Amino acid sequence: MSDVAERVKKIVVEHLGVEEDKVVESANFIEDLNADSLDTVELVMAFEEEFGTEIPDDAAEKIQTVQDAIDFIKKSTEGA
Amino acid sequence: MFDLSGKTALVTGASGGIGAAIATSLHRQGATVALTGTREAALQAVAAKLGERCHVIPANLADPEAPAALVKEAEAAMGSLDILVNNAGLTRDGLLMRMKDEDWQTVLDVNLTAGFRLVRAVLRGMMKRRTGRIIGITSVVGVTGNPGQANYAASKAGMIGFTKATALEVANRNITANCVAPGFIETAMTDVLDEKQRETILTKVPAGRLGQADEIAAAVTYLASDEAAYVTGQTLHVNGGMAMI
Repeated sequence: MSDVAERVKKIVVEHLGVEEDKVVESANFIEDLNADSLDTVELVMAFEEEFGTEIPDDAAEKIQTVQDAIDFIKKSTEGA
Repeated sequence: MFDLSGKTALVTGASGGIGAAIATSLHRQGATVALTGTREAALQAVAAKLGERCHVIPANLADPEAPAALVKEAEAAMGSLDILVNNAGLTRDGLLMRMKDEDWQTVLDVNLTAGFRLVRAVLRGMMKRRTGRIIGITSVVGVTGNPGQANYAASKAGMIGFTKATALEVANRNITANCVAPGFIETAMTDVLDEKQRETILTKVPAGRLGQADEIAAAVTYLASDEAAYVTGQTLHVNGGMAMI
């Protein structure tokens, strides 16, 4: 169950170059983790690659926190 | 100066006069180059002259799927892609009143849309590695206009605007995007001109001669180098003074 969460966090740490302990579920990419708009696009593309799923633009816009990403990925990979 | 050792470059339209000169120049500075174009035999001829550190990947950029596949193949062959030179281009000249939709569309597809798709495809790797050089070969007529070339001028002006927007988006990732705008260059395209046409053209060129493909390649090589890291969103005009913009 927590596998998705761990993989998501690992990607966030790698891409944003932030401390692991700052990447909590409630962390907002832009406000808490200092991501810019390009970073968020890169993150979404990295999630797509890691989980082999496609994240449409309107869904990507709603992914603002680590938890949002985990929820979306869980939902989209379960449905498949 | 302008050492490109260890860098990798993809040059489109590499069998043409300017494209071959660009590939040769980047290669001379140490880059590994991938040559692409539609004419495989002509590409192989260029590759044969370069020898090592050279890959030939034929592709037809009019095909919407081709750019992404091409970038993938180039990255697989060379390990990564540091420099993209969007040089492929074609003309379908004719006065606007008589211009057919397909002549407009073909020119826009190859000169502008294929370039967009290529840049989109290379950005992924460049963003990850926080380095990259995107160089578009536009034309003086994209800025000045030219009768009989509404489609071509539009595509080349489009490339300049596209390059500026790209430059803004990726500047803080150490990726630069620039254009080189040739004037009249001695290539197969200008070889067909007769003496009188040549003279007429030369009256517009203060330097009093046509440019050489190598002179375009030199500008591209500069923009591809580490030395040009602070130059982005620009169009470097290489035209013997025929337009000063």
